[in-house]
Amino acid sequence: MKKNEVPQDKSNLESANFKELCYAVDENGEYTTELSTGWSPKTIALDNAIEALNERISASKQRVIDHKASPLEYYMELHKMDLPILASYVGMWKWRVKRHFRPAVFKNLNNKTLQKYADVFDITIEELQRTDL
Amino acid sequence: MEIDFKHKQAAHCENGVVANLMTYNGFTVSEPMVFGIGSGLLFTYIPFLKVNHAPVVSYRAMPGIIFTRFATRVGIKIKREKFRNAQTAKARLDENLRRNNPVGLQVGVYNLPYFPDEYRFHFNAHNMIVYGKKDGSYLISDPVMETVTSLTEKELEKVRFAKGAFAPKGHIYYPTEFPEELQLEKAIVKGIKHTCRDMLAPVPVVGVKGIRKIAKLIRKWPKAKGIKIANHYLGQIVRMQEEIGTGGGGFRYIYAAFLQEAGKLLMNNQLLELSKEMTVIGDQWRDFAVEASRIYKNRSNTVAVDQYDHVASLLEDLANKEEVFFKKLKKAI
Repeated sequence: MKKNEVPQDKSNLESANFKELCYAVDENGEYTTELSTGWSPKTIALDNAIEALNERISASKQRVIDHKASPLEYYMELHKMDLPILASYVGMWKWRVKRHFRPAVFKNLNNKTLQKYADVFDITIEELQRTDL
Repeated sequence: MEIDFKHKQAAHCENGVVANLMTYNGFTVSEPMVFGIGSGLLFTYIPFLKVNHAPVVSYRAMPGIIFTRFATRVGIKIKREKFRNAQTAKARLDENLRRNNPVGLQVGVYNLPYFPDEYRFHFNAHNMIVYGKKDGSYLISDPVMETVTSLTEKELEKVRFAKGAFAPKGHIYYPTEFPEELQLEKAIVKGIKHTCRDMLAPVPVVGVKGIRKIAKLIRKWPKAKGIKIANHYLGQIVRMQEEIGTGGGGFRYIYAAFLQEAGKLLMNNQLLELSKEMTVIGDQWRDFAVEASRIYKNRSNTVAVDQYDHVASLLEDLANKEEVFFKKLKKAI
């Protein structure tokens, strides 16, 4: 890549006033660095990934409203987590966390366990238990 | 307290931390040099693991290992520590800052407030330097940022004790012993040999063979997983290749810069030629990204399967080129 070819496309970096460093060759063939504001092929990839995430969030929101899943699942998706990550944050086995996604099981959780989840998501137990999201 | 520390932006966080820490201690090394000597270049497909609900492809060596290799090869000693307890971790950090010792930290990205929201994923192998504490806030030099920044105690604790894969556990590291003079020549040879060995490894998911494996998988995805998931997977590969930290072209440009610097230092003209070749290979990786983005531009479009075959054949071509390249590089050293 030549120095003047370093892409300066519009991207999500702009909002945070953020530029990334790229390595490129100058007119004498010497390697140098240049700042880039973004590149559309990867901006598209990132936008798609975020869109996919948002779809997951709204799907799980619907499942909570339909009483097919506990709010835990929704908050997990909202925080861009998956099962292994959430399990590791609360320090429980994956299968236990997965079990807590069942509304019937979630209803009977004690305050100590609920507090663990609430701390991870930075909300109160009352907020965690609400199903009218 | 504030240590007189010079921040220099880098493409990749780990190399940047090492280069900046070395410079602080009076040894000027460039980011590509650290990357090359630490044998950072790689290609691996990690089966059975999923991140963001997609398979994982990595274009570089495991987090932390670049510094370890760099240190043994140039003869510096590093101290590394991990903690169970956040208080001990904080105490150790403060103690180092009091001794005027800037330290490297491994952190999770998700809770970094200065990152753009879109980039805050649960990725735990980010690196930064803490170079002081002022009014209860830590002064941070994050190599991927243009300027220095700061984090409150609570914010820093959160990122140091992020959970999930590669959990940092408060990981703190800094060089302790230095040689009298930095001998780069031997280290360069070792670093290059190691990279050649990795890229040509007879392991199906590593190096050139790993690239071929992914090409094969790409051909299968649209039928086996459906277009939507196949597009998501393809997007993830491009992100791993081009996202912040790679310097572009899946680290190939940084490596070409390293070969150029090494060629001059060792007065080896072959390396200079190979640097140019690596640049061309890097450009081809970029072309692959462009072609791939044409497919996933529309997330659920019903593109013909032959478009997948096309990007897969681009990858196979890259694998062939890199195989020839690393065989030549091995001989050039």
